[in-house]
Amino acid sequence: MDFEPKILGLLCNWCSYTGADLAGTARMKYPPNVYTVRVMCSGRVDPGFILDAMRAGADGVLVCGCHPGDCHYVEGNYKCLRRIPLTKKLLEGFGIDPRRLRLEWVSASEGGRFKEVVTEFTEQIRALGPLKLNDWAFAEQPLEVHEAA
Amino acid sequence: MIKVTIDGRDIEVKEETTILNAARELGIKIPTLCYSEFLEPYAVCRICLCEVVRGKRSRLVTACNYPLRDASVSILTNSARVRNLRKLNLELLLAQAPAAKIVQDLAAEYGVTKTRFPIKNPDEKCILCGLCVQVCENLVGAGAIGFSSRGSKREVSTPWGVEPETCILCGACAHFCPTGHIVMTEEADERILHSELTLGPNAAISIPFRQAIPNVPRIDVEHCIHFKTGGCELCSKVCPKDCIDYQMKDEIEDIDVGAIVVATGFQDFDPTPLKQYGYGKYANVLSSIEFEQMNNAASPTGGAIVLENGEEPRSVAILHCIGSRDENNHKYCSRVCCMYALKFAHLIKEKTTAEVYQLYIDMRAFGKGYEEFYHRLLEEGVNVIRGKGAEIAPIGGKFGEEGLLVRCEDTLISKFREIPVDMVVLCTALEARDDSADLARKLNISKGADGWFIEAHPKLAPVSTTTDGVFLAGVCQGPKDIPDAVAQGTAAAGQAMKLMTVGELFLDAAYAAITDEICSGCRICNGLCPYNAISFLEDKKVSEVNAAMCKACGTCAAACPSGAITARHFTDDQIYAQIEAIFA
Amino acid sequence: MPKPKLAVYWAASCGGCDIAILDIEDKILAVADFFDLCLWPCAADFKYADVRAMDDKSITLTLFNGAIRNSENYEIARLLRGKSVVLAAFGSCATEGGIPGLANLTGKEAILDYVYIKSPSTVNPDKIYPQPRCKVPEGEIYIPEMWNTVRALHQVIDVDYIIPGCPPQSDQIAAVVGAVIDILSTGKPLPPKGTVLGASEKSCCDECPRKRDVKKITKFRRPFEGPTDPDICLMEQGLVCLGPATRSGCGAKCVSAGMPCRGCYSLPANVRDQGAKMVSALASVVDSTDPTEIDRIIATIPDPVGTFYRFSLAESFLRRKQA
Repeated sequence: MDFEPKILGLLCNWCSYTGADLAGTARMKYPPNVYTVRVMCSGRVDPGFILDAMRAGADGVLVCGCHPGDCHYVEGNYKCLRRIPLTKKLLEGFGIDPRRLRLEWVSASEGGRFKEVVTEFTEQIRALGPLKLNDWAFAEQPLEVHEAA
Repeated sequence: MIKVTIDGRDIEVKEETTILNAARELGIKIPTLCYSEFLEPYAVCRICLCEVVRGKRSRLVTACNYPLRDASVSILTNSARVRNLRKLNLELLLAQAPAAKIVQDLAAEYGVTKTRFPIKNPDEKCILCGLCVQVCENLVGAGAIGFSSRGSKREVSTPWGVEPETCILCGACAHFCPTGHIVMTEEADERILHSELTLGPNAAISIPFRQAIPNVPRIDVEHCIHFKTGGCELCSKVCPKDCIDYQMKDEIEDIDVGAIVVATGFQDFDPTPLKQYGYGKYANVLSSIEFEQMNNAASPTGGAIVLENGEEPRSVAILHCIGSRDENNHKYCSRVCCMYALKFAHLIKEKTTAEVYQLYIDMRAFGKGYEEFYHRLLEEGVNVIRGKGAEIAPIGGKFGEEGLLVRCEDTLISKFREIPVDMVVLCTALEARDDSADLARKLNISKGADGWFIEAHPKLAPVSTTTDGVFLAGVCQGPKDIPDAVAQGTAAAGQAMKLMTVGELFLDAAYAAITDEICSGCRICNGLCPYNAISFLEDKKVSEVNAAMCKACGTCAAACPSGAITARHFTDDQIYAQIEAIFA
Repeated sequence: MPKPKLAVYWAASCGGCDIAILDIEDKILAVADFFDLCLWPCAADFKYADVRAMDDKSITLTLFNGAIRNSENYEIARLLRGKSVVLAAFGSCATEGGIPGLANLTGKEAILDYVYIKSPSTVNPDKIYPQPRCKVPEGEIYIPEMWNTVRALHQVIDVDYIIPGCPPQSDQIAAVVGAVIDILSTGKPLPPKGTVLGASEKSCCDECPRKRDVKKITKFRRPFEGPTDPDICLMEQGLVCLGPATRSGCGAKCVSAGMPCRGCYSLPANVRDQGAKMVSALASVVDSTDPTEIDRIIATIPDPVGTFYRFSLAESFLRRKQA
């Protein structure tokens, strides 16, 4: 069976979620692989959300916020802008391709851009393949207990 | 105060009052040529001569600069002696400036018809009164003109007779010249250029536009003489209430407000890049706003609809949807054009005998009474053609040099048509202002792809924005006609009022909260809040969120390293649960 | 009435926790007085067989230190769980993997390869690796099998209480032990399961004596790169201090001595992933809005995973480096 990536989309309420909504109301067609979680601002995005999603089975995480300077909360997106590169470094440290995490700016009017970003990112994740967390389940471990002679 | 008698009438005046002013108070007219109330009396024309009688002695003085100092005098302004001397002076002035009408008229009043003195130049108008020199020097402060030579060769001229660098072309000399010797001439082409018609003021001090609030004049410092030379101040001299203050500066004021209504409107689509319409190339291709300005009774044409050459057009084409409903420009409908185009047609029919052609894509007569107006226009004989104007070309020869040819496809008869017209009006699109992005950023509101500000909800919150207390009214939110704009403006004002009258704020349930028991006062969150809603309590060594100032972005909650901050309604628990639900 | 039984066990750990227990000084006498020690491999000679022979739930309290690194750790953890009424994860390794958990940044094979082949002091031309099972003339013998991933205790067995720290501070141990003795002698109710003992709800900053202000970081630096101001928050001086994302209870000893907090007292109650939370906090106060400048500042943090997950890697969301 073909690999269908599962991607977490963390979208800010004012720009990107509205942009995604616009893509929807404009009946734009884009891959259904992104599962969105709405946050008020990209500044709300905690790197923990990203790592947890990957633990839980996400093949990629897409974070979208307002364009720099256009943040509804003035500069929340800059906080996100600072967290993402360090989170990517963590991912590298964890042996996960940092390209599985992407930060994009999508404004409320950019339904088309949202479509493009999602399409492109989905294709990228498809190319990277599934994110397999090895040695994850405890059941892999030998549970044999040895009695002393 | 002293009491004097002028022509037998008593008057009480302040000391030092000139005879001229005292006489004027009594309504006694003393003729003057070189006098201006705004300048120091120069007393060179000698027309205002009067007789001052003290006891048995009398002497002749110039009324314009003779100050009254004691009560024992009586003034005769029109005695035989005075009249005789005025006649003599008028004869002399007639010889100096035979072409000056004001001198001729005054002379005629005194029965002087010819002069005994030799006339140097029969076309001369200058009486050497010096008003112009004084104005330029003392009022304007430019000093660009002065007297040259002496005696019979004395004349007003610029230094060395060349164009002076200090002249600011203010025209004050011409304004003050009593004889019309100095006139301002326009060197440029005097044809009416529609593109340059404006309704704006043309004095340096004026009320900016008719409905200006406050409805008071303001000085255009870029053009005011005072701000160029430090002189003039004429306006303050004539203002009876001493309202003119040259010290006032442009001020940027911070005003605390509880609500903001954004009603910044639109800008006109510039049709210049659409080369096929020849806007800017053919003088008789006008944009709708230019046509509207020309139509205004206060326009330079007085509301007459005329071509660039001043003649009345024989035919006018009105092209709809220039820049609107256009894949290459704005896809949206500008909504107001159909109806104002019909109004234009009506005005043209009313004011001229021209044929009117309406070239439309769809006739959108959507409002109350609009369809009826459309039918009335049809009855008035307006030609309506369903087809967008495709191109405008000049016509040579047959229809005259200035003629234009409008090419279009008449889709109702499926025929290509070429219509010869004298004038074309382009119904240009309404577009979002270039600075709308700046404003959106300042006010923290969103704008759509086409630049119009986005309302909080198209149906449920049509005048609100995503920022509390900021409301939208009018075209800045999207093209709309006057009734709609007024309705929206009223709604926005109502919303603003609602906020102010309640006196209490209803807070969104979503805001950040800090748990005291967990917060250790690391102060990482302190610098993150764009609204300064987080403060550090020095005594308790914990940070605190002011819920009324918090806008619930959640940045602090994400950053809080000890998990002490909860972004209410977007808690970690909720978001992690969503993630778990998605991928489980 | 017999004395309640106490077991102290060390799994994958350094022994520091056992030393810390001895560090409670004369209170150890009260412990010995009150309890009947039934297992403490570090201090006395007990056999697993003795423990196996005991009835279930016959040990009143087990203090389990060390991470779960191999099959023996797991085996004894399960054994003690069965025999104990109350089992507490003792110290960072048992609580969240601790320093041994950093081995999750590599794998079993790589570790064995390094230790038995590549390390400079090793001579092993035949490339002999330890084998879990080996036939010798006397029969089959075995050694515990090393696992690929280090785990925290609670990831393999049910844990009642948590006493964090590397090691837990002696005064905290003394207090906990004192409280346990009190509870057991008076019959007071036990604290709810899962309670973190010997640490508070607040973060390390609560005990930190340094003056704190709004933070703006333009460059990160390491402790050896010159002296620090003794009175000002270390993070404001560009040091990566995990204090804000670490429980207090340690008395802020490291930061008081000028060393940034390494995060041993485990993550605060409301935090799910210590490293991610610290990354979020630290990155937020990076003083730039320019991506290039941000990258430059962030590049001054060496080994982000090792730094932010020094003790909590095995307990983090991703737990180990992926293949």
